[in-house]
Amino acid sequence: MNWSSLLFLLCSGFAGVFAIAVVLSNNIVRMAFYLVLSLAATAGLFFLAGADFVGAMQLMIYVGGTLVLLVFGVMLTAQSQFVSMRTSSGELLTALMLGGALLFVLVFTAMNVPMWQPTNQPSVSEDTPVLTATPIGMALEGYRVDQLEQPNPSLRRGMSGYLFPFVIVSVHLLVVLVGAAYLARARRHHTESA
Amino acid sequence: MAKLLNQCLDWIASWVGGSLPDDSLLGYVLAALIYVALLLGLVATSALIFIWLERKVSGRIQDRLGPTRVGGKFGWLQTLADGMKLLTKEDLVPGDADKMLFRLAPYISFCASLAAFIALPFAGRDFPFVAQHLNIAVFFVLAVMGLEVFGVILAGYASASKWSLFGAMREAAQVVSYEVPMGLCVVVPVMLAGSMDLVFLGDKQQGWFTNWYLFHDPFTFLVFWVYFTCGVASVNRAPFDLAEAESELVAGFHTEYSGLRWSFFFMAEYGSMLAVSILAAILFLGGWNGPIPIAGLLGLTWENGPVLGYLGNFLGMINVIAKGFLLVTVMIWVRWTLPRLRIDQVMTTCLKYCTPLAAVMFVGAALWHTTLPDRVFLGLLQAPEVNRRLTERLPDHSLDVQAIEQGTIAQGDAL
Repeated sequence: MNWSSLLFLLCSGFAGVFAIAVVLSNNIVRMAFYLVLSLAATAGLFFLAGADFVGAMQLMIYVGGTLVLLVFGVMLTAQSQFVSMRTSSGELLTALMLGGALLFVLVFTAMNVPMWQPTNQPSVSEDTPVLTATPIGMALEGYRVDQLEQPNPSLRRGMSGYLFPFVIVSVHLLVVLVGAAYLARARRHHTESA
Repeated sequence: MAKLLNQCLDWIASWVGGSLPDDSLLGYVLAALIYVALLLGLVATSALIFIWLERKVSGRIQDRLGPTRVGGKFGWLQTLADGMKLLTKEDLVPGDADKMLFRLAPYISFCASLAAFIALPFAGRDFPFVAQHLNIAVFFVLAVMGLEVFGVILAGYASASKWSLFGAMREAAQVVSYEVPMGLCVVVPVMLAGSMDLVFLGDKQQGWFTNWYLFHDPFTFLVFWVYFTCGVASVNRAPFDLAEAESELVAGFHTEYSGLRWSFFFMAEYGSMLAVSILAAILFLGGWNGPIPIAGLLGLTWENGPVLGYLGNFLGMINVIAKGFLLVTVMIWVRWTLPRLRIDQVMTTCLKYCTPLAAVMFVGAALWHTTLPDRVFLGLLQAPEVNRRLTERLPDHSLDVQAIEQGTIAQGDAL
């Protein structure tokens, strides 16, 4: 066993163990804490795979997002001093069935995609940084540098940049945000009669 | 580094007839340990110096002397004496506390603060002094530094004390808000250099101080001050230290902490101060390129051989650390000069001043960069040839970014 598989097992083990801890814990803040550890271990897996842009994204969005979740969890649900949750056995059964089905689908897919089969590719060299963000940025502008060796010219042209879909998605998100702000805005009641 | 260590070990092993492959686990573990030891040494030693500096500077500002006795002159060993005192204190855990989270919280803060240093380079060029050379270093540092608040929130919650929870909630609101303008400010140098690689960003500013992004145009000059304000706020220093606010909340989130655990929070705070300052130094103040390129003038460059280049990098490292210390000193100066803001004033500063200012400066810098490309020092000087030629090379392709920019490769062909 080489060292990268050792680190992979370590990171994935952490992710798995803390994910189970989230399920088994009753205390809402501890749940959020275990969730953060699990997500951080997943970020470690991304870094291990050489996808440092995705790894940093995972840290920024998921781990940072869970932080906000934690704050809201404390602020909105704290009736007693330490919030704990009880789940009924019916909920447990439904969750087990749903989770098991999802696990089955994921494992089935992971085993059957030919590109994901184990290979003997050399691992990434350590001293020169892998360019992860630059190709993505260039692809947004319309230069797919990862597709330069694509022999089929029409396919090369077909896979032009992501800028257009990206702009559509961001405008969509903006509309959603404006809508949410509109719905959640404080309605001013002029009750200054007193 | 790991490969070099493995080769050295292989050479040693050859004396007894053994051999070691280039990618053996041993070299990687050793390299990681060396990096961690160096970074830990930097953070811990600088925390010692900063605490002493804080006492001396605050003393001078308040017309006192500050510590004078421990260690002879200037009380320079005062922090060590404080550290000894903290070690002997009893490690208290409140009876109602969530004990596991209470014990873990200081370590989480400290780990997040230390992890930011992994991607911070201390010298560049051919052999950068950096623990892990990341292509997205700026992004990584910002993402990791945002996690420090996690330990603070856990500490505030687990203490089972109202003061602690108030402090933690304030800190959460503050740090989450200030990440927005800080991110906007950081984007400006990233845009000018065209890369998120901190080593590349520093090298792009090589030469005289006229090449620093601080003086690139009036917008970047203002952005630096907005960044510095947000940096001070994001590490919870006065005038933004609402999470502690001694006059209102006893000691805020660390009210219930004592002894070594308390000192871990302080190490984390001083570590993040240094990280924010070094990031500012690399993004805006030329990083390892001093105001006068002494290393270049003395011929300590990589073109003249590896030994001289290494010495030049060493000078660069001193430069980075000196700039970081200078900015931390400014933070200390600000702390003992300005009164603490109220929570609504903190939010107003962030949302009504810093964020719009950063956004407008971003647009301004973008327009400046497109109308006056390859000009530095407020557009007065031509950028040096060597800086303009510096572009990121894409891996495994004979094509680089500059070739596309110059139109040598047409857009349709590249797709």
